[in-house]
Amino acid sequence: MPLTDSLRDDILASVPSLRAFAISLSGNGDRADDLVQETLLRALANIDSFQPGSNLPAWLFTILRNLFRSDYRKRRREVEDADGSYAKTLKTQPAQSAHLEFEEFRAALDKLPQDQREALILVGASGFSYEDAAAICGCAVGTIKSRVNRARSKLSALLYVDGAEDFGPDETVRAVIGGSGGY
Amino acid sequence: MKDVKSKSAAPGKQGGLNAEIQSRIGHQLRAMYDDVVRQGVPDRFAELIRKLDGSEPNPQLGTAGDKNDGRD
Repeated sequence: MPLTDSLRDDILASVPSLRAFAISLSGNGDRADDLVQETLLRALANIDSFQPGSNLPAWLFTILRNLFRSDYRKRRREVEDADGSYAKTLKTQPAQSAHLEFEEFRAALDKLPQDQREALILVGASGFSYEDAAAICGCAVGTIKSRVNRARSKLSALLYVDGAEDFGPDETVRAVIGGSGGY
Repeated sequence: MKDVKSKSAAPGKQGGLNAEIQSRIGHQLRAMYDDVVRQGVPDRFAELIRKLDGSEPNPQLGTAGDKNDGRD
């Protein structure tokens, strides 16, 4: 369809979540914004292929994901975020303790296989249905479900089992983890 | 009891994930994501879309741009 005013506004309205998705995928704010920019350029260049009435965010997310994937194949993921380059992209710095927790979460997320990470983000953060997430990733709904489940198990193991000591005092979690008495 | 001496507890092994943990993960994930969403649309992208909009070379984003109408 042609680029109408309302379609343009809708694209613009998707930018914040496209950025969040891009940052979650790439772990790097600058690169994420480049990805978003490329996504917008590509979307506008191919706007004729967008089906009116279909899911615009899903369409845009698909473009971004594919761009990220092809980019990823070229250069390996830069795991440079230990020094907080991601956190610097945030306008509101979380308070200190929350910040640590946040870094840990981010690091754990980075350890997930890409398939699982993107599935978890699409469903757990972007709020897409399993069906939409499957369409975005070009796979079956069941595959998305199992990726999300595996991502959750793995995060849980990384954050609340291996890293229990580092994670901070949470009585409930400790009770769950340390239930066997510890001798 | 469970012997948790090896660090690499196979992720697939945990069948029933604790609901509390799951909700914390969900919360963290959304907090991370929403932090970025709340930043809104950076000028760079608003600009880009406006430029690519085609015909309208008319940057009127509520700034003082239309003040120069010749009046003194």
